[in-house]
Amino acid sequence: MKALLALLALVLATAVTAPAHAQGWPLERYTVEDRNSGYFYLGRQTRLLQDDDFQNPGMFAVDQGAALWRRVDGTQGRSCQTCHQNAADVMKGVATRYPAYDAKSGGIINLELLINRERVEKMGAAPFAYESPELLALTAYVSHQSRGMAKNIDISGPAAPFFEQGKEFWNTRRGQIDISCAMCHDDRAGMLLRGDVISQGQTNGHPMYRLIWQSISSTHRMFEWCNTSMRAEPYPLGSPEYLALELYVAWRGRGLPVETPSVRK
Amino acid sequence: MHAVFFSLVVGLAAGVAAAQAQAPATAPTPLQAHLTGPIPPLVKYEIVGNTTIPQPLTERPGDPVRGRRVVTDASNSTCLICHEVPTLEEFPNQGKIAPSLEGLGSRYTAAELRLRLVNPKLLVPDTMMPAYYRTEALTRVQRQYVGRTIYSAQDIEDAIAFLMTIR
Ligand code: HEC
Ligand code: HEC
Ligand code: HEC
Repeated sequence: MKALLALLALVLATAVTAPAHAQGWPLERYTVEDRNSGYFYLGRQTRLLQDDDFQNPGMFAVDQGAALWRRVDGTQGRSCQTCHQNAADVMKGVATRYPAYDAKSGGIINLELLINRERVEKMGAAPFAYESPELLALTAYVSHQSRGMAKNIDISGPAAPFFEQGKEFWNTRRGQIDISCAMCHDDRAGMLLRGDVISQGQTNGHPMYRLIWQSISSTHRMFEWCNTSMRAEPYPLGSPEYLALELYVAWRGRGLPVETPSVRK
Repeated sequence: MHAVFFSLVVGLAAGVAAAQAQAPATAPTPLQAHLTGPIPPLVKYEIVGNTTIPQPLTERPGDPVRGRRVVTDASNSTCLICHEVPTLEEFPNQGKIAPSLEGLGSRYTAAELRLRLVNPKLLVPDTMMPAYYRTEALTRVQRQYVGRTIYSAQDIEDAIAFLMTIR
């Protein structure tokens, strides 16, 4: 009887402390052929933080995004929901396809800029600033609807020259330190750079919650950070250069699951 | 519910703050006057036998004590980002993406180290190691560093004086 009670207590204790593991995929899911999500290189604690929706600090942004989705704004008296209804249905899979070539602008568009264009053109509302909490929240919310689905980036046809531009960016040494993205993220993934394990620099979890910034953060902010750490002049967030780079980097991670909101160091 | 978990986040963030210190340029240390003040003129040097620069870049002899501070300066491309130096064991989290610099002083002459630091691309064209005393043939250098070398000429000499003590 005593043993049974002890066992019961143990079971209860585990049930209470074990994280909900909302994502909770087996580690193999974070790898496709030779491509590893940043999750693969995280320590145990950071992984647990990402896994549990109740602990994952990026879920704040997703919740905020859900509220913004429903919020009427602009001259047309509409919200995103007015036209799109239920995001869980209509936005499912959308994030797997972005960034993409956009015939309207004749360039590459990513989710952030697309959402801003929806606000301007379909709602008559002002665009959000690129790294604003609002734009990140809506982007995180839309991306979150594709969680678990494989990134599938189209680089054919009119996207091809932008893909080449992004690839060249990736492989060019730059800055006073004179190193390329590839030198760290292709050639030295898994190695220790000072205290940090270098990942492959994948974007499948973006927007991500970055612990050292304590905020939800975009792919372009990360590009800017890596750029300035090689003492290279960064490009503006949302610039054509970073959009081409984002296209290449997203294609590089083809097949990896959307993880938004990921947690990264 | 979320409040409890924030302490964990902050705890983790504090953990990485140390690693963060080596990332983008923070406040300049007194060691980095050449990175912020007037741009010092580049000292000319002569390469001998493709592998050495025998002549020191400055009149003042290298100071190993200052040199130690130069090469461990976390906010100016410290060798420790990439290399391990076993004799600098008080510096945690040393990099492991390049060969260990163990016994450097017995393996190299000062003249060889000078070229290795000034411009290692002349030895290994596709090396990841930065050229610490070069301003040309770079792409899109961040505005505040244009025309500036990572180390000053005196930094190079002081660094060599220290590196030669690693036995
Ligand atoms: C006036 C109705 C309307 C409003 C309001 C609206 N949208 Fe749209 N949205 C559309 C239509 C129609 C399309 C498909 C074709 C197009 O781009 O016009 C679309 C396309 C999209 C796409 C691309 C889907 C894909 O498969 O590539 C996204 C993402 C999107 N909208 C997000 C939003 C967000 C976020 C908001 C709120 C900020 C919003 N939309 C507001 C009508 C609207
Ligand atoms: C000196 C090594 C280094 C170089 C060079 C470098 N990065 Fe990074 N990068 C890092 C580190 C360290 C991190 C944070 C930890 C990690 O995910 O690797 C990071 C993170 C990233 C991430 C986020 C990964 C994730 O899982 O969310 C992306 C994207 C990225 N880098 C892109 C780039 C791009 C683009 C370039 C070239 C402009 C570049 N990096 C150059 C070291 C580097
Ligand atoms: C961004 C990374 C990086 C930094 C910072 C760096 N190195 Fe290197 N270093 C390398 C790599 C990679 C190699 C191996 C390839 C080669 O020969 O260039 C190397 C090779 C060397 C070698 C020749 C290898 C040997 O053991 O014979 C020496 C000596 C050296 N580095 C010294 C230094 C010193 C001193 C510093 C600091 C002033 C430094 N490095 C900073 C990456 C780096």
